[in-house]
Amino acid sequence: MKINRRRFLLGTTVVGGGLLIVYATTRPSKHFVANDTLAENGQSFLTTWLRIDPDNTVTVLVPHSEMGQGVLTSLPMMAADELDADWDLVRVEQAPATDLFANGVLIKGFAQSMGVSVPGFLDGAINKVSEIMNIQITGGSSSVRFTGENGMRVAGAAAREMLIKTAAVRWEVPESELTARLSHVYHDASGRSATYGELASDAARFEPSPNPRLKEPHEFTLMGKPIQRIDIPAKVDGTAAFGMDARPAGMLYAAVKTSPVFGNKLVSVNSDVALQRRGVVRVVELDDAVAVVADNYWRAKQALAALDIRFEATANDQVTTQSIYAQFDTALQGELNEDVEQGDTPIALAGAATTIDATYRVPFLAHAAMEPMNCTVHFHDGKADVWTGTQDNLGIRGRVASISGLDENDVTMHMFYLGGGFGRRLPNTTNTIDQATRIAQQFDVPVQTIWSREEDMQQDYYRTAVTSAFRAGFDASNNLIAWENHYIGKNEPAEAAHPPYSIPHKSIAYADSPTHVPLGAWRSVAHSQHTFFLESFVDELAHKAGKNPYQFRLDMLQDKPRHAAVLKAAADKAGWERNLPEGHAMGIALQESFGSIVAQVAEVSINSDGSVRVHRVTCAVDCGRSVNPDNVASQAESGIIYGLTAALYGEITIANGRVEQTNFNDYEMLRLSDSPEIDVVTIESGAALGGMGEPATPPVAAAVANAVYILTGQRVRELPLKNYRFTAAPVERLA
Amino acid sequence: MARFRVNGVAQDLDIEPEMPLLWALRDELGLTGTKFGCGVAACGACTVQVNGNAVRSCVTPVSAVEGTDITTIEGLAVNAAAALTPVQQAWINHQVPQCGYCQSGMIMAVSALLTANPNPSDDEIDGAITNICRCGTYPRVRKAIRSLTTTA
Ligand code: FES
Ligand code: FES
Repeated sequence: MKINRRRFLLGTTVVGGGLLIVYATTRPSKHFVANDTLAENGQSFLTTWLRIDPDNTVTVLVPHSEMGQGVLTSLPMMAADELDADWDLVRVEQAPATDLFANGVLIKGFAQSMGVSVPGFLDGAINKVSEIMNIQITGGSSSVRFTGENGMRVAGAAAREMLIKTAAVRWEVPESELTARLSHVYHDASGRSATYGELASDAARFEPSPNPRLKEPHEFTLMGKPIQRIDIPAKVDGTAAFGMDARPAGMLYAAVKTSPVFGNKLVSVNSDVALQRRGVVRVVELDDAVAVVADNYWRAKQALAALDIRFEATANDQVTTQSIYAQFDTALQGELNEDVEQGDTPIALAGAATTIDATYRVPFLAHAAMEPMNCTVHFHDGKADVWTGTQDNLGIRGRVASISGLDENDVTMHMFYLGGGFGRRLPNTTNTIDQATRIAQQFDVPVQTIWSREEDMQQDYYRTAVTSAFRAGFDASNNLIAWENHYIGKNEPAEAAHPPYSIPHKSIAYADSPTHVPLGAWRSVAHSQHTFFLESFVDELAHKAGKNPYQFRLDMLQDKPRHAAVLKAAADKAGWERNLPEGHAMGIALQESFGSIVAQVAEVSINSDGSVRVHRVTCAVDCGRSVNPDNVASQAESGIIYGLTAALYGEITIANGRVEQTNFNDYEMLRLSDSPEIDVVTIESGAALGGMGEPATPPVAAAVANAVYILTGQRVRELPLKNYRFTAAPVERLA
Repeated sequence: MARFRVNGVAQDLDIEPEMPLLWALRDELGLTGTKFGCGVAACGACTVQVNGNAVRSCVTPVSAVEGTDITTIEGLAVNAAAALTPVQQAWINHQVPQCGYCQSGMIMAVSALLTANPNPSDDEIDGAITNICRCGTYPRVRKAIRSLTTTA
């Protein structure tokens, strides 16, 4: 992609007044601030995110959290490539949680300038000047796309220009005679060379250019190469530290029980029973929860279990999954909000030769990150220290400050690897942080609040359940002419329910139907539900029209060449409907999300007990270009397994106002034994970079369900698949 | 009282006999490489080796490991010729971990399996490695195991 370099000097109008001129992170010359406040022993910050030491090491400070998506490697690769740094001399640090390293402006500013929708949790969070410096978010598959492409690369290129300038002045030669390579500047004519480390402190006197020349893809030395992730060695020998591994001196542990009916208040607890137990220090009563604080987590948890805790009764105690679904059905009959209106759908449907109706539904889901939610807080000397793994360190710093009435600058974040994020550790989903803060406020030693798996599962911010009703119409020659879709809940991202196919008449609308169940972003957000709906219903339509589901889609993608190419790549690689073993079938699905286009083909059979077996998933990806190809593959594999787990097993149900599932024995996970083989093909289209943390998750459920239809003749309109016992009764194989 | 050896070091802890080994390791001994995932033997994040066998430490009371030799992820490479065991090296070669939280337990379980059965069949692997990885690293786990076995 040709980048419009004017964008690097970016004016962002901010709601509430004011214009921000943005260089890289937040404002020009922040590297001078970095030099003043952070550099020591001859280190120089050439740009905010790059520090060069006299020993010629380059340190890249990454303002995003590592949760397994490889950001601590891919972003430094982008900076180091433009800098022409020697990768062996590149060190990586997570940027501290201070406004110097805020990334919100960068993400929002560039997303807007590129016409990409901003993740809603971010959009809502950055509407005030006062808040704009307080975002250091990792989510929305945004790190490589925005911070990397428009921040890291520019920072690297600008630093490289400053080093060249410095050498030119020092050696009194024209810049054009100098080259940079492997952390050295060379003047070939005179045979002189200098390391970046030798040039850095003089270079820091220059202002970084707002529009340095960026490399063309053929000039890349690191981007596009499969570079080993820098966080992996610590993750094979037990040294990688997660939030729960924080061990500040004198720390106590808190086990918590929150009202299982969301929002109900604590009425009473017989604390004395716990206080008599070994190691128990205190019982803390919160608004809607009880915490036992002890010198060992197990002791705290055992004591908590011994308590008789009473919560109030409210009308929410009556809520069930069925009552929620009934509420959704009623809402869909009521007033709807417009999403897409194109053509005249009612008239097209009225005049259609055939119409088809189908209603789909998916349940609530928990994130179930592998590391249960936890947060350690220490209040001392009018300040606070916080140890936790989060997708927004600055946001959490602000949250702890506001709960405790401290100034943000008196709250110090200690950063950790995240034992999974998936949206659970975003801002606005801070119930664990809030509790940990309130508990720790009652102590002068650090307190680590750990949620049991049961609490983690029952106090999540859930992927919402959705009901989605479709009606489509064909004309007399079997062309799809009309598409009507009514669903529950405003979508985030807004385009999640928009089919990519050319259909002349479309009417898409939604009904709001809030419940007391707390909701949050779940890997791929609304795409996770709507891709299942769309790509299953399109498949129904293909079969109804007597067309091959692959060809049916392809025929409607004539004005979407990238989509068509991805669909074709997946079908070709999978050997679409060729050489299938007896009893196997393939299903296909396609989706664009977070700037990446993904198509998947699932090869499926039915087990003798009627359950579904997924043998192989072939995944074609167009994310523009692959910054770290091996990492693109691993994110695709991860996204597929996450989506497949939900498709096969994922179901949070509500009874008596509370979540019924408690742990991995009743909220099942895909394991090695039922993990499919996964083939990933990437298409290097050269389009603007797309995200990779999420886009592989949405299509897999539909791909599998579409294969199940071929095998059984049964159309799966509700997930998860574990609730079915299929009998193989093949429908006629379509040409 | 609980007496056992952890990574070759004798331990003598004044703790309740019913305390799960996981919390003795993490909260009493400060060995945080062993992870808490579920507490009910359903995920394998807490897997350690007791006399060489993979054991889920979250449901193993310290009374059950009295006098045993316990190996945690921190001690796995102690007897290896290199800084890492072949399993750990394979994990790096195949870039297995993502968030990494499950990987201590995964590596401990795989190491125990391959010591007992250097050439497991796919079914034997599936039967022995039931650890949950929420990041879905399973395809790479299998590849990494297969790089260490002679049957393909
Ligand atoms: S924590 Fe022990 S098996 Fe999950
Ligand atoms: S690597 Fe994240 S849970 Fe396995």
